[in-house]
This record gives sequence, structure tokens and C-alpha cells, in this order.
Amino acid sequence: MSAPAPDAISRQPFRTNWGGRFAMLAVVLYTIYAASHLGFSWDRFVSGLGQGGTFLARMFPPSFERWELLRDGMIESLQIAILASFFGVLLSLPIGLLAARNLMPVWVTWPARLLIALCRSFHPIIIAILFVKAVGFGALAGVLALIVGSIGFVGKLFAEAIEEISLKQVEAVRATGASFFGVLIMAVQPQVLPRFIGFATYQLDSNLRNSTMVGIVGGGGIGATLFTAYQRFDFDFVLTILIVTIAMIMVAEVLSGWIRKTFQ
Amino acid sequence: MSAATASLHHEWHRFSLPQKLARYALYLLTVIAVVWSFRTIEIIPEFLYDSPAQIADLFVRMWPMDWNYFFAEVWKALVETLHIATLGTILSLAFAIPLGFMAARNLTPLPALNLLGHFLFVTSRSVNSLVWALLFVAIFGPGPLAGTLAIAFRSIGFVGKLFAEAIEEAHRGPIEALTAAGAPVPSQIVMGYWPQVRPAFWSIVLFRWDINIRESAVLGLVGAGGIGVALDSALSLLYWDQVSVVLLTIFVVVILAELVVTTIRKRVL
Repeated sequence: MSAPAPDAISRQPFRTNWGGRFAMLAVVLYTIYAASHLGFSWDRFVSGLGQGGTFLARMFPPSFERWELLRDGMIESLQIAILASFFGVLLSLPIGLLAARNLMPVWVTWPARLLIALCRSFHPIIIAILFVKAVGFGALAGVLALIVGSIGFVGKLFAEAIEEISLKQVEAVRATGASFFGVLIMAVQPQVLPRFIGFATYQLDSNLRNSTMVGIVGGGGIGATLFTAYQRFDFDFVLTILIVTIAMIMVAEVLSGWIRKTFQ
Repeated sequence: MSAATASLHHEWHRFSLPQKLARYALYLLTVIAVVWSFRTIEIIPEFLYDSPAQIADLFVRMWPMDWNYFFAEVWKALVETLHIATLGTILSLAFAIPLGFMAARNLTPLPALNLLGHFLFVTSRSVNSLVWALLFVAIFGPGPLAGTLAIAFRSIGFVGKLFAEAIEEAHRGPIEALTAAGAPVPSQIVMGYWPQVRPAFWSIVLFRWDINIRESAVLGLVGAGGIGVALDSALSLLYWDQVSVVLLTIFVVVILAELVVTTIRKRVL
């Protein structure tokens, strides 16, 4: 290089990022527009804060008077989560395998992927509404709804995990003359099992969270108790339910962390 | 067989004995949990016999769809849902970014603050968005304000946790260089951390926005605005031909949102 290019001298190390600033401005403008579209106003917010004060005051102290109701609801939620995770993961295994494009022909993966997309695109609560209509109020509707949700989530992740495996081991096992199921068990399963266990435990956590809510639409579990307490303005009981729910989910997260470590 | 040949013919095992025991214990635990749940959960058999007829009835009533309802109610509610999801995501960033900085162990060297950040994240994630919506409806009354706040508060934990993890994975090099040059902490964040976490940040935000579209579609069931209100009124009136219109709309919007997110990801990240 003979002489430094003129723009090299004038170039600043930290230039103003005009694109970034315009994007920020656009976000701010959108926020103002959308907030006014939805009818947010400062008065409403302030009056809400006053309301929030009385609301919080009614929540404290949390009431453990109806702990039997709480216990039964929590147990039912836990059972819904366990059953939904178990059957959801069990059904996801074949569906995820059918959706894996490296092992299956296109005419198999396509319908499997469509099924997974269909299961994924509806919120569990909407599926729960439909199942409440189909099989009536109670835990069964919640279990079925969460099974569908689990297939949508775990099935997709299973398929992706299978697509990422190394095909060398598959080839090696095939070369020994192994049947298709032999290939699955000896070549595919060892590569994906730790990740499958990871997804399954994540799904258990997620189902536990959702099982505390399907009750709002009649799907059983603590959600029904919560919604009734809320409608009766028993906010101290609502707070108790929330505290116990959060505690249960925290414990579940720690447990599933252990399970993942065991299967690493 | 003597000890010498035994050590010669040492058999390879994939897992050690404690590992195996732990695994079998977990398998056993799973079976016990499933059997226990299956035997004690309350299922009313009379409802089950009835279910094929009910499902058939459901589909018969859903068809033909009532498209007038789409133009009269659903369209407006849909726009509201999109605004709730987007505004909720933006609002959650306002909380999640500072909390993410606070929870990142390399940026904030105070374990107490890290722990507080993570505790807030877990709390935010453990309370379902519908439950958040219930709380905010009680405070601010029914409407999209409650929905937006519910989406925002539910997203803080998700975005904040992943953002904090992204910050913790940032390389020390650029930050040390900036520190050596005498840059104050805000400059270190903007010039040292931000360029490193930016791709992760945008992918987290897009992912959450996609989820929020799904979630904001049901918040109306508890009165927090959006397309769920249209769904709820159709459901409570048992107008299943309107319910099917709402469901189809939600389905299409969710698929479109996912397409948008995938496209942006491919282009930008």
C-alpha cells in the first residue's frame, strides 16, 4: 500500500448505525400506533394500578384453608402431565421417525410432517376445548389435549434429531445384514437417545405447566380450582394455588435436570 | 476361569454399573408414575362411549362455515391479536434485557443479583400466560391491555433466560480489549457484548414472537382481548360454524407467522 486511502483516514471506528436508529424509531412509532389502536391510555393504567393495590391486598395473606381442594387439584394436574407426556412421547417416536427425511421416502415424511404441523399450530387450550366437547369435562380431555400438543412439539424435535445423525453407523449396521428394526435399534437409537430423553423431560415440564391451565376450559386439574376461586374473588386462595404451582414446577425443573444428566 | 484370563477378556461396557442402576431406576420410576396416574385418574366411562357421536356432531355443526362472522368480528379481533402479540413481545424486551444483563454471571459479578434474576425468570415462566391474563384482567379490567401485559410478563422469563445464557457465552477478548482502552461499562455492553449476542438475541425474539402469536390467540377466553374473544363468544353460543371460522383463521395466521420467522431467520441470521 503506497498511501493510505482517503476514506481510511476519515473512517471512524465506531460509526453511527443509521439503519439501527431507523429500526429503533420504527419500533417506537409502531408501539405508539399499536397502543393507541388497542385503546391504551395513561389514565387507565394509573386507575389500574390503584385497582392492583386492592387486588394485592386481598391476595395477602395466602389462605391454606381449603388445602384438600388444592392437594386434589395438584395431584390431578400432575397425573395429567405424566400421562400426557408418556403417551405423547410414545406416539411421537413413530411419528418423528416417519417424518425424518434421511430415513424415510418423501411420500411418508410429507403426511407425517403435516400431522406434526397440525398438532403444533393450535394452542393446547384450544385443543382442550375441542376434546371437552368430544369426551366431556374432566381429566381425560386435558390428557388428550396435551398428548396432541406433545406430538406437535416432540415429534418435530425427534424428526430433527434423527435427521442430524451420522449415517456411517447406519451403513455399518446395514452392511451386517441387519433388518430395518435392527438398524433402528443398533444404529439410530444410541445416537439419539440422550436428546430424546432431553426433549421428553422438557415436554414433561411444559405439560406440567399446561396441565395447571387446561382446567380453565374444563379439562381437569388445578386450573378448574384456580378459575373457580378467581371467579368467586377468593384471591387469597388464588395466590396459594399460584405459589404451590410455581413451587411444583421449580421442583420438576430440578428433577428433569437430574434425569437429563443421568442420560447424558 | 482364572483372574488373568478374565482381565484379558475384558468386556467393554457402554455404561458403568452406577450409570446403569441410575438408568434402570429412572425407567422404573417412569413406569410407577404412569401406572399410578392411570389407576387413580378420574375418567367417566359414560362420556367415552358417547365420544364418537360427539365428534361426528362437532364436525357436522362446523360445516358450512359462517364466513360473515369473519368479516363482521374475526378480522378486527385478528388485528388486535397481532398487536397484542407484537406489543407484548416489545414490552417484554424492556424488562428482559436489563434483567438478562443482571442474571448473566460474567457481566454482573454479584451472585445474589444473578440468583434474583433467575428466580424472576422462573416465576415468569411458571405462571401460564392464561393465568397472567386472569391476574391482569382483575387489575386492569377486560381488554387488550391485560392481554398485552400477560404476554409481556410470560415472555420475560423465556427471553431473559436465553438472553442471559447468550451473554454468558460471549468471548472475553473484545471485552478485555475495551476495558484496556478505558471504555466504561455501557460502552463495553454496546460495543463488546452486543455484537456478539445480536444473532442469538434476534433469533430468541423472533422465536418468542411466533409463540406469542399462538398464545395471544387464546387470551380472549379469559377476557384479555384478541381473537380469543370471538372464539369465546362463538363457543358460548354454541355456534360451531363460527368456531370453525375462528379456528381456521388461527391456523392460517400461525402458519404464516412461522413462515415469516423462518424467512427472516434465513435472510438475516
